[in-house]
Amino acid sequence: MPQTLAEKIFSNHCGRAVRAGDFILADLDLVMAHDTTCAWALEPFHQIAERVFDPKKIFIPFDHAFPSPSVAMSKLQNQIRKFADEQGIPVVYDGVCHQVMSERLINPGNLILGADSHSPTGGGLGALTIGVGSTDAAIAMATGKSWFRVPQTIRVTVSGDLPNGCYSKDVVLAVARVMGPGGANYRVIEYAGPTVEGFNVPARLTLTNMSAEMGAKAAVVAPDDQTRAYLEENDRLVDFEPLRSDPEASFERELCFDVSDLKPMIACPPDIDNDVPVEQVEREKIAVDQVFIGSCTNCRIEDLEVVHRMWKGKRVKEGLRAIVTPASRRVYLQALQRGYVEEFVNFGAVVSSPGCGPCLGRSGGVLYDDEVCVSTSNRNFEGRMGSPTAKIYLASPATAAASALTGIITDPRSHVV
Amino acid sequence: MNWKFGDNINTDLITPGRYNITTDPRELAKACFIEYRPEFRRQVQPGDFVAAGHNFGCGSSRETAAVALKHSRLQAVIAKSFARIFFRNAINLGLLCIIGDTDSIEESDRLELNIPAQVLRNLTRDQTIPIEIPPMMLRLYREGGIINFLKKNGLSALADLEKF
Repeated sequence: MPQTLAEKIFSNHCGRAVRAGDFILADLDLVMAHDTTCAWALEPFHQIAERVFDPKKIFIPFDHAFPSPSVAMSKLQNQIRKFADEQGIPVVYDGVCHQVMSERLINPGNLILGADSHSPTGGGLGALTIGVGSTDAAIAMATGKSWFRVPQTIRVTVSGDLPNGCYSKDVVLAVARVMGPGGANYRVIEYAGPTVEGFNVPARLTLTNMSAEMGAKAAVVAPDDQTRAYLEENDRLVDFEPLRSDPEASFERELCFDVSDLKPMIACPPDIDNDVPVEQVEREKIAVDQVFIGSCTNCRIEDLEVVHRMWKGKRVKEGLRAIVTPASRRVYLQALQRGYVEEFVNFGAVVSSPGCGPCLGRSGGVLYDDEVCVSTSNRNFEGRMGSPTAKIYLASPATAAASALTGIITDPRSHVV
Repeated sequence: MNWKFGDNINTDLITPGRYNITTDPRELAKACFIEYRPEFRRQVQPGDFVAAGHNFGCGSSRETAAVALKHSRLQAVIAKSFARIFFRNAINLGLLCIIGDTDSIEESDRLELNIPAQVLRNLTRDQTIPIEIPPMMLRLYREGGIINFLKKNGLSALADLEKF
């Protein structure tokens, strides 16, 4: 029976060959719940179990509001910390869950449950990493298992050399424009083709991350030499079997994108499929109040390298707030070692501690009424980053960096060094 | 009454991230649609419906959205389609979510839901709206959610879910 990559991973975790549509109870390699979702998992967990199935297979990072900005949040974090201590699970304060998991924990072929909607991110390493809510996380922490309907796969094939000023973020915004916010609901998106093969894992993580915004259950890139190189860079000597969709595998839908003529893209508020070329928005001369470079979508060292080249020796546009939040402790250390942090501070930006930062509007850069933010994150919903009347534009780190230079939403192509 | 909403009603509209820093369901119900439809939390009555378009509940995995709706004591959420994680959360919590065409429903219409027959009647317009309630949703709704189901039948009953 020819199988998709996703069907193979599900098969390997339930002990029989399955195909899309099958209902399965699968064994999980890892369960993640963070400082927000873990709090809601505690009560259902205590109703059904006393001990977790395996403390080594549970990951509890504090990232959504860390360091805690309020007594209410500290209360939730205190409850989680007590639970983690009782169960022998270390609480990790090292940055955004998906980034830290990619650096340290996710291996090709894994099946992982994360109590966070952006869990598909880890699929950039060739794993199935699936987002759920807190009750599912509680059951998984108790049993090591979760139920699934094996999903259909949509294959997105990307070809062509990316033009100057375009990055994987621009590619995935172009995909989102076609797919829409529900276009991949209940499906796995498999990214393939020469452009994706050429992307390193950090660039792939941006594709898989944004797939959550199209409703995808998971997103995946077949593991290859790029994956191997990424694991080695992160001091992980993991060997893995070749894993890819069979040539005769059945895809529900196939989409092809030639990105040779792509232009830098921007998702205008309040929907992810409201994507247009940045040059079109630039003509409107929209004044920007805040630029946020961060989140699980785009704040790896490769992203900061682009920003650093554009900002080196310059000053932020007067009056604009620029916030850089490295995705993880590792990224932060890399930025320090390379001298980026000093350059960013001289530029006039605020460099905050690793974590989700202002992406979810809880702390560290909450927007006021009618303010405009250019963000490298993944959600431009009404009220996401603060006031419901604030406007969030989503773009690549290059577009965000260019906009911090000029003070208006700016096509990065004339600023990219 | 029926609280009408359009397409892509996301979890940040249902329970905005700034208001859901609590695990108390009653507090969460007070935050339900707090900015998007401020009168909802004050005027919603037991037995009311939410009637929405496509992709209801998209966005975050935060279960607060489903908790807040459940504790608003709605009879059901009816939508043309639901986002995956929200639907899964609703199944787990026993919040009844029904798939059906909501276009013809007005806020003041009187609706009658017949679960055994899986029929939604619009009494005001004398219409029958075809609906779909997946068997697992229906079973766990009747069980009062998956945690009650597992407490009653043991954790090994997870394997029985596929038989629903």
